[in-house]
Amino acid sequence: MKFRSSIKQPISLTKPRTMSEPTVHHNQHRDDLGSKLGMWLFIFTELLLFGGLFIVYAVYRYKNSQAFHLAAQELDVTIGTINTVILLISSMTIAMSTTAIQKKDKRTTLLLIGTTLFLAVVFLVNKYFEWSGKIGHGLFPGSLVLEDLGQGDVLFFGLYFFMTGLHALHIIVGMVLLGFGFVRVWKDRLTFDNFQLLENGGLYWHLVDIIWIFLFPLFYLIT
Amino acid sequence: MYKSYLEEDMGRKGIFKWILSTDHKRIALLYLYSMMFWFTIGVVLGLLMKLELIAPGKTLMGPQAYNATFTVHGVIMIFLIVIPGLPAVFGNFLLPIQIGARDVAFPRLNLFSWYIYVLGSILVIISLFGNGPPDTGWTFYAPYSFKTGTNMLPAALGAFVLGFSSILTGLNFIVTIHRMRAPGMTWMKMPLFTWTLYGTGWIQLLATPIVGITLLMVAGERIFGIGFFDPAKGGDPLLYQHLFWIYSHPAVYIMILPAMGVISEIIPTFVRKTIFGYKAIVISTLAIAFVGYFVWAHHMFTAGMSGTALFTFSILTFIVAIPSAIKVFNWISTMHQGSISTEIPFLWATSFIFIFMIGGLTGLVLGSLATDVHLHDTAFVVAHFHFIVFGGVGFAFFGAMHYWFPLIYGRMYDSSWARTGWIVFFIGFVSLYGPMFYLGIKGMPRRYFDYLEEFHGPNIISSFGALVMITGLVIIVTNLIKSARNGPIAAHNPWGGTNLEWRIQAPPILENFDEIPVIDKATYKFD
Repeated sequence: MKFRSSIKQPISLTKPRTMSEPTVHHNQHRDDLGSKLGMWLFIFTELLLFGGLFIVYAVYRYKNSQAFHLAAQELDVTIGTINTVILLISSMTIAMSTTAIQKKDKRTTLLLIGTTLFLAVVFLVNKYFEWSGKIGHGLFPGSLVLEDLGQGDVLFFGLYFFMTGLHALHIIVGMVLLGFGFVRVWKDRLTFDNFQLLENGGLYWHLVDIIWIFLFPLFYLIT
Repeated sequence: MYKSYLEEDMGRKGIFKWILSTDHKRIALLYLYSMMFWFTIGVVLGLLMKLELIAPGKTLMGPQAYNATFTVHGVIMIFLIVIPGLPAVFGNFLLPIQIGARDVAFPRLNLFSWYIYVLGSILVIISLFGNGPPDTGWTFYAPYSFKTGTNMLPAALGAFVLGFSSILTGLNFIVTIHRMRAPGMTWMKMPLFTWTLYGTGWIQLLATPIVGITLLMVAGERIFGIGFFDPAKGGDPLLYQHLFWIYSHPAVYIMILPAMGVISEIIPTFVRKTIFGYKAIVISTLAIAFVGYFVWAHHMFTAGMSGTALFTFSILTFIVAIPSAIKVFNWISTMHQGSISTEIPFLWATSFIFIFMIGGLTGLVLGSLATDVHLHDTAFVVAHFHFIVFGGVGFAFFGAMHYWFPLIYGRMYDSSWARTGWIVFFIGFVSLYGPMFYLGIKGMPRRYFDYLEEFHGPNIISSFGALVMITGLVIIVTNLIKSARNGPIAAHNPWGGTNLEWRIQAPPILENFDEIPVIDKATYKFD
């Protein structure tokens, strides 16, 4: 469209910049603080996503306190505790990995991310055995065994599978995120002055951890 | 060398110029065009309902078809149009320009949000096939939503997916506003439209996940038979309603806040006066966003809650009306002693105030406990929320379209056709929804394909109003489409606006500014 060149340039918006003024790199596409802020906002969203479930849990626990009390005794506190410890350690290793990358220690960083991923897999394996145990006993949503136990148990195990299932899904998402971080560190595309992806992955991992910190007592410990 | 964003194709060809571009302006237009598609379908469905109601008994469709029609109409209009509406189209286009940035904080995430939107739309389309379109109403109330034989699961999942598109857009805007304001663009110099997008962003971020998880629970209910909301299994359907409205009431503010922002932009420009009470408008925006979280149960006054809850939610509903009234007061005061020019966008803005006041005041009628018991689930409610949601968002949307059109396309529309379209639309709108207030007070229930003979007269007016309104729509949209392609080239800053978007060349270049501006004067300062 040629006619545009005939339009007079609109008034200049900028004061002429002198050399002494600090240059603001607005065209620079990387903004670490911005992307960290974005991750925090996403974490708020995730917390409220689980928040809805915690409300439902609270209401049904209040309405069926006796049944929830008895149903919680069906869960294996040992596996729950082991999983809690696993997640806490994995949170520690991922936090350490962000320190390691800042110290330019690639080997340790990879080792720490790898450990986190390994622990996540162990968590999921434990979860698998726990779930299949429950399903083996007929304690799953829609089963007749469960419906015979009464409404409180239906709701308890419904919430148990739904909430731990959603949590496991978040573990997998977190693993994918950290997997990206691992590959980037491996290929030297994520380095000591450019580690925001790893830090965001770590933040997300802490979110997954803290949700579990609430799920664990609600399902396993309050009996 | 000047090259506008419409010409800059980054070496891509055909449709890829659009669907691969991370330019916030192109993404805004992607949203605009996809919404135009859905809006057409939604309007046709609405017209079919109005034609069905032109006479008692079956005229066009039976009860099942009618239920499906109002459900799909609601799902499309709410989840695919008014919730993304202003933020996704005008927010995307204007937010970076208004704060002096080259793009939003996460351009790729922005494009991804549009893809999520498309995925959500596809799910909604899928729901129309199979066992027939959903018939639950757009609210998916339990337990019917998991008992019905119709295909409601894809519709609910579609709404869930669309929620994520909305969350990511809000997240993007908040980070953009926090991190990318140009030097000198302090919080209290930000244009009011940007401020409303900021408030909206927080609602999108903090309210949407609640409905997300609720719809997931309904899905779990349907697929696995978990029993969260099934009374037969100990679940509580009322809890579903609470969770649903915890999001869906704030969602009304997701729709209306940016609309208020648009009006706050248009009015000062056409009265050549700085906005009255800038700070009051900012504070009332944040107040609406905040208090709006705590009024949800006014949708459930007849559902069976304790007296304390009823009373509390009614009071809170009245409180949330105050900041809205402050805004209306400020707009009117801005006009006082201004040099008013009644250009097209100004007509839309003033008619917005008129319609919004009727919608708002009838909202208070519904927020009062005693009157709500009488009016609940009648045509009065339908009239009220169409005045707010369609009147509020629709009038603001067309106002925004006519206001920023020269910026977006660099061309001008035919103003006499635009004026005709506006007046026809306005008359049609009022005669379509006005009689429904009367019908509701007389006791005509909503969501029925049939009614008693005594309601016939006003229903005829209403149905003809629908035809008039759609005539207006056709005039407006045809005029805009024709002008976008062949309209005369618009003059630079045709309205004499003061914001940054009027100080750059229209249509803007790829990254908006050759050099990032330094802001040294207050917003809305007219010489």
